[in-house]
Amino acid sequence: MRTLIFRTVAPYLSSLMVLFSVFVLLRGHNEPGGGFIGGLIAASAFAIYGIACGVSPVRRALYFHPMGISGAGLLMASVAGLLSVFSGVPFMTGLWLYVPIFREELALSTVLLFDVGVYFVVVGAITSIALALEEREGD
Amino acid sequence: MEVPMAFLVAIFFAVSIYLFLSKHIIRILLGAAILSNAVNLLIFTSGRLTREIPPILSADGPVEGVLTANPLPQALILTAIVIAFSFFAFLLVLAYRAYQELDTDDTEEMRFAEPEEQKLPPLGY
Amino acid sequence: MATSDKEPVDLSVAMVTDPAPLADWLVIAPLVFGMIVGSLLLMVRKDTRLQPYIAIPGLVVLVVIAAALLAHVVISGPVTMTMGRWLPPFGISFTVDILGALLTLTAAIAALAGGIYGAGDVNNSGRRYGFYPFLFLMMVGVSGAFLTGDIFNLYVWFEVLLIASFGLLILGSERGQIDGATKYAFLNLVATTFFLIATGYLYGIFGTLNMADIAIKAKTMEEKAPLVTLLSLYFLAFGMKAAAFPVNFWLPASYHTPRVVVSALFAGLLTKVGVYAFMRVAFVLFPAERDILGWVIASIAAVTMILGAMGALAQTDFRRLLGYLVISGIGIMFAGIALASPDGVSATIFYAVHSMIVMTALYLASGLAARASGGFSIAGSGGIYTTHPFLAAVTLILFFAVSGLPPFSGLWPKVILVKASLDVGAWWLAGAVLLSGFLTTIAVGRVWVLSYWRPAPAGTGDEQDAENLNPLIDYAPLVLLTAIVVALGVFPQQVLELSQTGTEQLLNPIDYIRSVFPSGGEQ
Repeated sequence: MRTLIFRTVAPYLSSLMVLFSVFVLLRGHNEPGGGFIGGLIAASAFAIYGIACGVSPVRRALYFHPMGISGAGLLMASVAGLLSVFSGVPFMTGLWLYVPIFREELALSTVLLFDVGVYFVVVGAITSIALALEEREGD
Repeated sequence: MEVPMAFLVAIFFAVSIYLFLSKHIIRILLGAAILSNAVNLLIFTSGRLTREIPPILSADGPVEGVLTANPLPQALILTAIVIAFSFFAFLLVLAYRAYQELDTDDTEEMRFAEPEEQKLPPLGY
Repeated sequence: MATSDKEPVDLSVAMVTDPAPLADWLVIAPLVFGMIVGSLLLMVRKDTRLQPYIAIPGLVVLVVIAAALLAHVVISGPVTMTMGRWLPPFGISFTVDILGALLTLTAAIAALAGGIYGAGDVNNSGRRYGFYPFLFLMMVGVSGAFLTGDIFNLYVWFEVLLIASFGLLILGSERGQIDGATKYAFLNLVATTFFLIATGYLYGIFGTLNMADIAIKAKTMEEKAPLVTLLSLYFLAFGMKAAAFPVNFWLPASYHTPRVVVSALFAGLLTKVGVYAFMRVAFVLFPAERDILGWVIASIAAVTMILGAMGALAQTDFRRLLGYLVISGIGIMFAGIALASPDGVSATIFYAVHSMIVMTALYLASGLAARASGGFSIAGSGGIYTTHPFLAAVTLILFFAVSGLPPFSGLWPKVILVKASLDVGAWWLAGAVLLSGFLTTIAVGRVWVLSYWRPAPAGTGDEQDAENLNPLIDYAPLVLLTAIVVALGVFPQQVLELSQTGTEQLLNPIDYIRSVFPSGGEQ
């Protein structure tokens, strides 16, 4: 699997996929996309990088342990639901905040925070499974 | 449309049950994957099938005679797919570990938790 | 919804417009709190020293939250919170009655005991592997299952607790554990798939997933055959989760393989979730169909309790013996569901509380006994009574409680159950309860005589591998649980009243439905 071509292409391919995953995540609010599918794309990016260059470079590049990333995602998702306690509406109610930036309106919402949380949960969980499988294959 | 779907679901179930009856973990695993697909199709069918209609109401709300697809089965299946996917990933890792550690994927030889020959309990005090 | 783009949309058609009172947040507090603490623990997974210091206070807070929820439900009746402001049945509702709140509290107490015990029992590699995060994730799943009012959501919580239990099960990655985990994982996957199949059919029939909504619609349904089929499917699914005969084989195959504390938590929490879910489905959703299936449930209950006790008699491994006792207790709980009289159901609720506490405690005690005498085999150990008299005394109390002897917590539910079965003329069910109690007494009596009472067998006495037990970490959870067992036996009034009120709410779920649909579903 670790041919020269693959090893040369893999870093570019992975970074492109991670970028695309963020695009899919942010696009997900009104169009097909979202946290889950974005997370899967990012996880497969790390898996490809792991196949090409070995598992330890991936772990170094991620810096945080994948399970830690999914922990952070879970925290974000729960906090996103919890924020609605301050405006007296039930759990998980979407709250919106419109921030004007350069004549454009930037819509921030707890829904977005939740989706980002889902993204991190999926990235962390799937990456850790994929890396565990690849690690065993290597040695 | 529901009747052919019902037969398709039946075929899926039959295949997965056949695979589940095997002794080998890897076949059971494939059976589990097909089983989850069978159930998803079942939910999809029981939510009534409509062709090529998006699950979006017009601005005037529901109109008599205009069909909209039912979005709930799709949401349920999406959830079930995610769960089945994570299960499958976990079971795959588990089966692989079992094959590595126990040197077998034959369930009849997996007797480490329940050894075949147990010592008799003490018969007297 | 009939609005054009220009007019403001009338939200009150589709959304809850009343502000949510702060007290109602207690409904989802166990979940949200568990998720937050669990995710924090996941992030500090590497810091094995820090973890118990976060987890144990977290579990204490969880117990407090669950107690507050129970108090809230007792005072103001069933409470509902519907997610995201959507009106039920479109939003996912969490509806809590006394049954759910009581079991959540009991589960939190059992988890607290397990969390404290885990600080001594789970070594650093186990902690790095994620014992505490998985524990919290499992608690989230368990409390979610107890609190939710939506049947598909119940399925999701089942899967959450299942995934967490997988993680806990293979914590040590030994051969026996992987073997046990494989069987546990596949058979539970089949069980939850049956649950999902039944839910798919249910949706096909009713077009709704909200349990209160289904309860309203099922009442007006003329044709009984599809609903009886549905209930049978649910009975199979939840019976498998609860390890009722004849689908109990995964439990003795796996419950003795993981770490003691994990076995204890599983025995205390997981099977009871199956029993709870069946109670909810049988009494709230399909009461009329349950009457048709009553004799099936009763015979399965009788066979389960007797075969469980007989299985326990045949074992030489302490933990496998306890696994069969868990099964026997499931039979007793199903007997109350089969009777469906107020007495029978309140006995089931009481017995569920008792069983959660006592089975957790027994597994913890078995772990301490194994550390004191060097193994789980009751043939090869002995003399614990002389080396660890306190442990022996506590274990004897638990043995009495699990066999249903006075004056401990097992007595009252069994007495009520026997009386309730005699009331409806089901003498054979009463006989089965008594026979299973008798067999259980013999089974645990053998353990007591062989591992505790008799002198250590020759050849094991001179081994000095018996560890010293830490009074705080090792004994505190056991003492906590045993104190509850004694208190429930001597002062059963409080829990008895709670189970009776819980039974009323369950058998006549009008309050439950009103809390979701204020009109009571009459429209």
